[in-house]
This record gives sequence, structure tokens and C-alpha cells, in this order.
Amino acid sequence: MSLSVQELRVYYQTLHGEVRALDGVSFSIADGEIMGLAGESGCGKTTLGYSLVRLSPPRRLVSGRAVLDGEELPLGDPDAMRRFGWKGVSIVPQFAMSALNPRRRIGGMIAELLAARKLRYLELLPELERRLDLVRLPAAVLAMYPFELSGGMRQRMVLVLSTLLNPSLLVADEVTSALDVSIQRAVAQLLAEFRDRGLVKSMLVITHDLAVLYQIADTIAVMYAGKLVEKASADVIIRAPRHPYTRLLISSLPEIGARHARCRLKGIPGQPPSLLNPPLGCRFRARCPAVSDQCGEEPPLREVAAGHQVACWQQPC
Amino acid sequence: MTPSVPGREFLYFAWRNGKLRFGLALVLFFLGVALLGPLLTHYPPLAYLNPLGAEAPSATYWLGTTCFGQDVYTQFVLGLRAAFLVGLLGGGMATLIGMLIGFMAGYRGGLVDEVLNVLTNVVLVIPTFAVLLIAAAYLQVRSVLMECLFIGLTAWPWAARAIRAQTFSLRTRDFVDLARLSGMRPLKIVFTEIAPNMLSYLVMTFILQFGGAILMAATLDFIGLGPTNAQSLGLMMQTAVLWGALPLGAWWWFIPPGLAITAIVGALYVMNVGLDDVFNPRLRERS
Amino acid sequence: MLSLERVSKVYRVGTFGGGQVRAVSELSFALAPGEVVALIGESGSGKSTVGRMVLNLLPVSTGSIRFDGIALSDLRQGDRKDYWRRVQGVFQDPFSAYNPIFKADRIFRTLRAEFFPRVETGDWNRRLDGALQAVGLNPQQVRDKFPHQLSGGQLQRLLIARALLLDVQLLVADEIISMLDASTRVDVLNLLADLKARGMAILFITHDLGLANYLSDRVIVLYRGCMVEAGPAEAVFENPQHPYTRMLVAATPRLDCKWPVSDWTPPVGEGEGLGCVYSARCPLCDGQCNRPPVPIETAAGHRVACWRVADPGH
Repeated sequence: MSLSVQELRVYYQTLHGEVRALDGVSFSIADGEIMGLAGESGCGKTTLGYSLVRLSPPRRLVSGRAVLDGEELPLGDPDAMRRFGWKGVSIVPQFAMSALNPRRRIGGMIAELLAARKLRYLELLPELERRLDLVRLPAAVLAMYPFELSGGMRQRMVLVLSTLLNPSLLVADEVTSALDVSIQRAVAQLLAEFRDRGLVKSMLVITHDLAVLYQIADTIAVMYAGKLVEKASADVIIRAPRHPYTRLLISSLPEIGARHARCRLKGIPGQPPSLLNPPLGCRFRARCPAVSDQCGEEPPLREVAAGHQVACWQQPC
Repeated sequence: MTPSVPGREFLYFAWRNGKLRFGLALVLFFLGVALLGPLLTHYPPLAYLNPLGAEAPSATYWLGTTCFGQDVYTQFVLGLRAAFLVGLLGGGMATLIGMLIGFMAGYRGGLVDEVLNVLTNVVLVIPTFAVLLIAAAYLQVRSVLMECLFIGLTAWPWAARAIRAQTFSLRTRDFVDLARLSGMRPLKIVFTEIAPNMLSYLVMTFILQFGGAILMAATLDFIGLGPTNAQSLGLMMQTAVLWGALPLGAWWWFIPPGLAITAIVGALYVMNVGLDDVFNPRLRERS
Repeated sequence: MLSLERVSKVYRVGTFGGGQVRAVSELSFALAPGEVVALIGESGSGKSTVGRMVLNLLPVSTGSIRFDGIALSDLRQGDRKDYWRRVQGVFQDPFSAYNPIFKADRIFRTLRAEFFPRVETGDWNRRLDGALQAVGLNPQQVRDKFPHQLSGGQLQRLLIARALLLDVQLLVADEIISMLDASTRVDVLNLLADLKARGMAILFITHDLGLANYLSDRVIVLYRGCMVEAGPAEAVFENPQHPYTRMLVAATPRLDCKWPVSDWTPPVGEGEGLGCVYSARCPLCDGQCNRPPVPIETAAGHRVACWRVADPGH
């Protein structure tokens, strides 16, 4: 078991009150597993990703724990988490390259990052070049400035950099979202390739794009309003989802094939509840077509089949 | 960027901001003195009243007299009025010209932008003092209004550049396109769609220009390029230095104008920093 | 109704317009009432530039855009307003389309002031409520709110309602759902489909093949400002001819099948080809591709701009 997270609650303070971005999330990622995390904007998926790397104000750990390779992660302590960064849990943020200093050459920046961890650039250089070759970037990029790279090249560069120390867990936050489709496929497949080659033990891929997840993830977890509603293998989530939200969500996707003239897809009426003061009971209740009295009580995430968990009262155990 | 803040929230944060309250209080205090002060004196500012010459503050002469026996208080409150006038007119004019040129260059773009950019840069590098020396040589009588005009015509370039940059980024927003699709004319778009979005920025520009104009006027007056027929804080300091107020120890002569200039300009800058905190939500979170 | 004839757009860049960037070249197509045409392209394809030219927000460099036979370049100030009565746009980022410091329904007040100054308040409110209901919004829920108090889907619907208040015959929809959440996206698409059924023409600009396929009758695939393939939506997606379209279709993630395990190499190569714009990245490129390709019709209404399509070895 590479990572296990239990009852993670992370809130953050705003002017209007406390937003319960993550409200009791439990899951685990096995060695070699790529877990996809899907959900709409504001459901807490990005907060989850960052919580495993560095929780800094205004985000605040309320409760919960995470164990990585048998060692507990000090989630609430950003300084102690630094020890796990890069090598333990590494993140590929969405706009990584735009956050880098445009006046420094890429190689120089990497050397500096390594020096901060008391590692020698020159010792790691051969490995670095091997990795660049793997993502089909010439070694010459190390002598270039960030702006000289195209969007796809940057994303690949960041991927190489964040996996250089063979992290146990790689958190990839919307890494394919801003890219053109042709490059999107290349980057997505590289993620899988890094796992296949054992450069990364396991991966948490966060995106709103279920179709991309279906292509590369082993399992998919679906989040709604700060909670996990369903988790299963990618095929099961796409072909036989059990939670009403997952079902409606997937049936609303016009990914190639559907045409309006032939079959009219339907969206989900209503909006997710505000996480400032989330309603009691099931949070999908207000939009759910299968709602019953029982839904006033919060449904636990239960195993309904091997490796398939659903948080809905309507599911037979 | 200066993100917008809805009204009530803005007032809430403005009131909670200590820097803003402090700066505003100080400026309002001096403004009060400038407006009401002259009503409390019946001395003419340049009349030789006190036969004893320079005398420390007393019940008759609240801030003492100069070595000519003129009443310092009268000169001070009138100078303060002039300072606010220069700030308002000079700084206001610089802000207006900056807005006009900045909006035009930023909204129109292209050739208009490039021409205006050249103009801005030229004015930016013109040696102000040299021009003023030449102007002073030709003009026998100089007034406060002339001074305002001069400051207004030379101080706008940095404001224009900053406003141009902001306009440039706002112009690409979709709501500007939407306004165009509604058939609105460019001028209307600039004033109803773009300018309100940078209101905070324009206010801050005006505050900085206001303070800058007061400081500039004081400098000009002090080196003898000020108005020839009016009272000002800079002139007071110039006369004080010329007639040896320092060796005489007549502190009441040069301290009030010096202190007032420093305090007003300083308070304006503190206000500016405070407003920055209020307008910028990221700075706000920290405080 | 709308027709583009050999439309090109060249942007001048650098000091005093020294350099040139070609955003759109020699694009021609027509749009009939009740028809949805999708412009498909990746970033830098010039698709948004085409949309802005059709909306008369940008002048064409060469060629002409005609609406009901009248060239847009001939429109004067007054005519332009009249044009915008009939042609309107909705843009990608719903939050950028609203001035954040004003309430969202200000767009209607602006519209009224510019187009309907003489309509009485009562009458106007009736019209407004009608338009809001037509786009599936509850007037009480959306009026008098700031943009950040509404969802992206609601904001986009408000913009469509704005178009409905005018006598709009052509709607330019530029990536209007790419920033919406999946669960509300399809409803906005369906709304567009309803408008199409009422006879509105829609120029649907998108990078997403799935969305284009769902809604549109015909598609035009753009690469670096050039049309590479055009035809009926089904024909293009099920039987893409141009190497670029094929690559796009192969790279688009689908829910009905997974990408083959085979090693996928994205087309590499920077810059434009000499003749064919795609030749720098094209795996099939050969000697004849240094001449600009002439579009050939491979099936009824299906045109492809590629020399190699005609080859038997293709």
C-alpha cells in the first residue's frame, strides 16, 4: 500500500466563514496504481492534492491522517512536510512553468533546487538527460530559458523535474487541461509511462476531464462537494457507475459519438451546495433523482463490490 | 491589478485600515487649518506689524513674527491654502492629462499608442528645472495658477504610462467586446466600462500626484522660481533661509512650513499604502 | 446569409507595425439560417480571429465577409449598430464577459440604452423576463446579482438571453462552454440546439471535437489560419482525410474506447511549412507539399486541402 488517507478534513478561512473544502475523505492508492480524481470545480479536488504536499494558510488541517509507505505524513506541519517533498510526495502543479523565474536557465534552476536538498547537479545530470530523452526533449533545453519552451515542452520538463528523485507518489494537478489535444495525449501517456518504468511508484491524477482519466487511470475516484462519492476501477466508473451523481455526470458527456440530432443528452439540474455551510445528510440530495427520506442522514462510503465503493443509501450492500 | 471591491466591503476595510485612517486624519487636519485658519487672522500677510522684528510665538502673534515683523501664522495658513490649491489643481491636471493620454493610448493601441508613447517619453525626460528657468526669465509676474499649470503639464507621464498599461489589459476583456457589440462608442466604453474598473488605481494616482505637486511647488518656490505675488510654504522657507532664520534661531519661522509640507506629503503617501492594502485583497488577507 | 470569401487577417507586430503575423489565410465558407457550423482548431489556429471578424470587431485584411450580401467593410457607424442587432456573440470566459464591479443584469440595461431607448419600462421588463425564461433562467434568481454570485452556466445563459432580446439571426459562440462544468455544459449546448431549431445560425468555435460533433451540421478544421478540412460533421469525424484531422481525432480522449497501447508520438516540428502549413509536422509530407495544397472534394461537400489525400498510397 503506497498511500492511505483517512478521514481527511481540510477547511479554509474566507471573509464569509469557513469553507469545508474536504470533509472526511478516505482512500488508498496501491503501489503502481494511477488513481484519477475527478470532480467539478470547487469540489475540493485540488485542495486534496495540495493537502498531501503542503498545507499552508489559509488552508487548515482539521483532522485526518495520511500514511505513505508505512510512514505517517505530518500533514499539519508544512516544515516537517518539506522532508517528504519531491522524494516522498511530489506535485506537478497546473501552471508550474509560469511560476519559475524567467531569467534563469532551466539547468541552473534545477541545480539550485538540488543544492537545497544537498544533492549534486553533476551527479544527477546523466540521469536527468536519460529522463529528458524519455520525454523526447533534447538535453539542450537545460541551457534554455523557460519562455523558449512551448506549452507541451514545459509540461514535459516539469514532469521530468518533479519525478527526478523517483517519488513514491506523484500528484498531477490538471496537467493536461491547458494543452492542445495532440500534446494532451502525449503528456497523459507519459504519465502512464513513468509509472510503467517504475520512476514513480504511484500517482494521483487530478482533473475535471473524465475522458482523459479513463485513458490512463487504473481507478477513478469521483468527488462531489468535499466528499468522495464513488471509487472503482476506471472501466467500472465509466461503464457501470452506481452513484446517481456519477451516472448523471457520465451520461451528460458528449464525448465523440453522441450527436444532438440522434440523442439529446441531459445535464444535471441545480448546482452543488456551498461548502460554507454544507447541508446535513447526502450533499447530492437536492439534485438527486433517486432521493428518499434516508438521504437526510449522511451516507457512508461503503464497499458494494470488490474494489467498488459508493456513498449512497440506494446501493445494496 | 486592482481588483474591485463592492462598496460596503470597501468601506469596512477602509475603516479598519490604520494607515488610511492616520493619513486621512492628518490631511483633513491640515485642510481644516487651511480653510478655517485665515478666518481667524486679520493681519495682512506681508504687512510689517511688529517693530521688534523676529519674535517667538505669543498671544498676539500665534506663530511669532519674521525678522520684518510679519505675522508667521497668517503667512502659514495662506501658504497652506496655496499648497492645497497646487495639489488639487496641479495634481488634478496631471492626473487628468495622464488619464486622457493613458486611456487613449491603451484603448486605441496601434499607431496612436506609439505616437503617444513617444510623446510621453519625451515629456518624461525633459529637464523640468531648465524649462522653468527659461520660462521664469520671460515671465515677469508668476502666479500660483501658473505654477499649477506648469506642474500639471510636466508631471503626467508616469501616470499616463501606468494607466495605459492597465487600460491595455482591461481592453482585451470580453466585456469590452460586449460593449462594442452593443454599439457603444469608444469614449463611452472607456468611461463606463474601463475607468470604473481602475477607480482604485485612479484614486491612488491622484493622491500621489497631489502630494507630488505640493512637493514640487515647495521645491520651485524654495529655489526662487515660485509665484511672485502670493504666499506659499516654499516661499516662507526661502525667505527664512535667505534672511538668516537659522543663525537667528527663529525656529518658529521655518519649522511650521517645513513640518506642514513633510506631514501632508508623508500622510498622503501613508494613505496611498493604506489604500493599496484596502484595494488589494491579497494584501488584505495578511493584515 | 453569411459568407466569407478568401478572408485573410494579418496582424502587424513590433514597433510601428514592422513585423507581420498571418492569423487567417484565404478562408471561405458560408452559413445558412438554422445551420450550425463548427470552427475547430487548436491554439493559434485563428479560429477566434475569424469569430471576431464575423462580429465586426476586427477588420479583415483581405477578402470579404458578407451578411445578406452586404460587405461588413462597407458598414458605417449607424449600419454597424444595425448589424449588431442581427449578429451577436458569446465568449469563452463568462466571468470576463461581465464587468466585475457591476451587477450582471447591467448588460441588459446597456442593451436597452443603446438599442431600445424608446421601449417603456414595463414592456421592457416583460420582454426581458420572456428572454430569460427562453434560456431556462428564473428571472427572480438572476436579476440584481453580481457576476460572482451566479454560476458560469447562468452567466452564459444571460448572454444568450441578451442576444435573444435583439433580433439575432447569427450567433457567434466562441468556446462558450469550455469553462463550464461538465454537468451544466450539455444544457447550454442543448439551448443552442433549440435556437438552431428556431432558425438561428450559429458559428460554433471550439477546440473540442466531441462538442462540435454533438451540435454542428458542418465543421471546418483550421490549422494555423488555413482550412485543412471541411465537410459534414459526421463525415469529418468518422472518416477524417487530412493527416491533421486524423491526428486530432486519434488524440481526442473518448469514453467509448481507450487509446491504443501503441507508442504515440505527437507530431513535432515548429513553424509553418513552406507550401502546406502542416508540412512541418506532417508524417506524410513529401516533395509536392512545398506548394500550397488546393482543396479537393473527396465526397459530397467534404473538402480536404492535402496533396497526399489524392495519392493512391494514402
